[in-house]
Amino acid sequence: MAEFHEVSPNASAGEKLTNWFENRLPTAFEAYKVHMSEYYAPKNFNFWYIFGSLAMLVLVIQIVTGIFLVMHYKPDAALAFASVEYIMRDVPWGWLVRVMHLTCASAFFVVVYLHMFRGLIYGSYRKPRELVWIFGCAIFLCLMAEAFMGYLLPWGQMSYWGAQVIVNLFAAVPFVGPDLALLIRGDFVVGDATLNRFFSFHVIAVPLVLLGLVVAHLMALHDVGSNNPDGVEIKGPTAPKDAKGHPLDGIPFHPYYTVHDIFGVSMFLMVFTAIIFFAPEVGGYFLEYNNFIPADPFKTPLHIAPVWYFTPFYSMLRAVTSEMATVLALIVLAAAFFSARRLPSAFRGVVLVVGLAVAVMLGLIPGLGNLLPFLAPVTGGLLKAVPLLGGIDAKFWGVVAMGGGVVILFFLPWLDNSAVKSIRYRPDWHKYLYAIFVLNFLVLGYLGMLPPSSIGGRVSQIGTLFYFGFFLLMPWWSRIGTPKQVPDRVTFAAH
Amino acid sequence: MERPNRCRIVSPLRRIERKNDMKTMGFSKKVVLGLMLAFGLTLGVHANEGGLAWDKAPNKTNDMAALQNGAKLFVNYCLNCHSAAFMRFNRLRDIGLTDQQIKDNLLFTTEKVGETMKAAIDPKQAKEWFGGNPPDLTVIARSRAGAGGSGADYLYTYMRTFYPDAEKPTGWNNLAFPNVGMPHVLWELQGSRKPVYDTKEEHGHEVQVFKGWEQVTPGTMTPLQYDQAVGDLVSYLQWMGEPAQNDRVRVGVWVLLFLGLFTFIAWRLNAAFWKDVK
Repeated sequence: MAEFHEVSPNASAGEKLTNWFENRLPTAFEAYKVHMSEYYAPKNFNFWYIFGSLAMLVLVIQIVTGIFLVMHYKPDAALAFASVEYIMRDVPWGWLVRVMHLTCASAFFVVVYLHMFRGLIYGSYRKPRELVWIFGCAIFLCLMAEAFMGYLLPWGQMSYWGAQVIVNLFAAVPFVGPDLALLIRGDFVVGDATLNRFFSFHVIAVPLVLLGLVVAHLMALHDVGSNNPDGVEIKGPTAPKDAKGHPLDGIPFHPYYTVHDIFGVSMFLMVFTAIIFFAPEVGGYFLEYNNFIPADPFKTPLHIAPVWYFTPFYSMLRAVTSEMATVLALIVLAAAFFSARRLPSAFRGVVLVVGLAVAVMLGLIPGLGNLLPFLAPVTGGLLKAVPLLGGIDAKFWGVVAMGGGVVILFFLPWLDNSAVKSIRYRPDWHKYLYAIFVLNFLVLGYLGMLPPSSIGGRVSQIGTLFYFGFFLLMPWWSRIGTPKQVPDRVTFAAH
Repeated sequence: MERPNRCRIVSPLRRIERKNDMKTMGFSKKVVLGLMLAFGLTLGVHANEGGLAWDKAPNKTNDMAALQNGAKLFVNYCLNCHSAAFMRFNRLRDIGLTDQQIKDNLLFTTEKVGETMKAAIDPKQAKEWFGGNPPDLTVIARSRAGAGGSGADYLYTYMRTFYPDAEKPTGWNNLAFPNVGMPHVLWELQGSRKPVYDTKEEHGHEVQVFKGWEQVTPGTMTPLQYDQAVGDLVSYLQWMGEPAQNDRVRVGVWVLLFLGLFTFIAWRLNAAFWKDVK
């Protein structure tokens, strides 16, 4: 047991009360010190560092508004749509709570995308912050699940058909696909059973996991300390410290970054409330018009598009046609061939066989037949003899691309081989590359909202190749060029 | 009879494709062009499936007299077949009606003011008569928004583009919603009109382009009065889609004023703490 402190009988009531608690729950006081008053953060944080706090704020808004929505919402296919309109009309201030919740869902993704971008450009995922990044990526995944399931709840046309399309994707998994989709839906089509389980996941299961991950994300961050725009460690053994051992380039989170964040929060709230009060639908992007039509299993909308935050990945899904799968098969073959050349002979065969197997699964053989008509009789004969050589349906690889687009982020700490962390000291052309990466992501996102078109399909195929190329080739390109001199101390100009 | 091909809307993307100069363009130009298209076409997200350009509806959601007139038209002409099942009659207090006025003018004797607006039509019969159940109209103005404009714009156009068509079971057809199942319920007010087309040559084909209307029989209202009445009705539908919409904006102004002040204080607070950090 910790030491028991006595205070003078003449102390003020406040001091006595504090002392009473401190003797009985020292952990709380310790935590306050570790995470707030004595958590030293680099003092050169810039604009990009607001989004972590904002993500926390948005999470709290979602939980609080969500609690109130659950009081009036009815997770029943026959009542759900009406209960949402009931909230919008008959529940006092219900419209505000509901509009906050749905605007916040989009705001969450805006904030998280910008937060991830910050990590990307300043190398915040690099040693020793790999776990911070991984927990963050897991949070992003949870968030996607949370948003997807939440979107079904209003039970409008887009809710219904969006869920139908996405759940059907799981049916593309070889062998177990149809059963898996059935397990997710709990029915042969999206229906009441689906609504009920999505509701349960949306309000209980996923938020619990999400909160746990947020705690892990913050713990890991506060254990290793925050990165900063210069990518210079402020707490390392060689970093300059004051007499008490506090880093000279750091500053206590509270009060310095709390006042910073209050300012940032107020700026954010201005934009956020302007949307809520003046344009909650945001031209159909945050609240799709079709979702004001109750779900109708017999009427498929002409064009089904996910909400904007999923569309970059949705584009990747649609980009993988059987033609694209053939291209991927050839890329896999080439990669296996080139890496085999550098390996000791014992591994060479294994790599080549694995490469070939993956390429065949990607549909190499029918693809070759389509690409080179003179080979068609040979490939056709092969396929007739061994139908398994036809590979797996391109739809499945589309699902893999969509999932892979997110999963690949987890590996970022081990893909980046650059000598410096921050974009500030990388070779200049890295900046252009990152700019193209962002642009590419936006274009993919935009194309994902549109109905499929031949020109859009081509662009999204190139975009998808670029997206994956950016990450998978990073171990090589991140080494090219001469980095600039990284300063010993962070660069800070007094405000 | 072949349905005339009206007012074809060619998307900018297609037009550029047609010009066929993509091949000669440099890569960067293509990228820039692609982006311009991407952002220029944002309206394309909710693709308008071709068809008539929508007229801009007047927004009278703050005009009590217009909303009351719209509510009267709605109850008299729409509510017989369409419900507004999420809308309570007594919410009409928001547009300046008293419970007594609602009871006297808008309700059947058996209904109560706290009830929602349910149509008396039998769904089975409706299906027989119109080929489908008339949709609920509570949020119709929100659901019909699209590339052509707001939901109100669509409804304003739709209610003004009916024309007699002997081929149709109801005897009516509509320019904004071809082959619609609904007859022109306001025909007594508008009279009957027929669309007039111009024949034009476009890409080597003869196409018919909608030019205007020709009044066949007069209605009880002049065209101007009719447009105003439909404007009132549509404003009512728009208001009903989100009765809190004007409160929302009013509250929003105060919230933003408060946040403006708060931001100023937060900014000075931040500056006060950081001024000594070197």
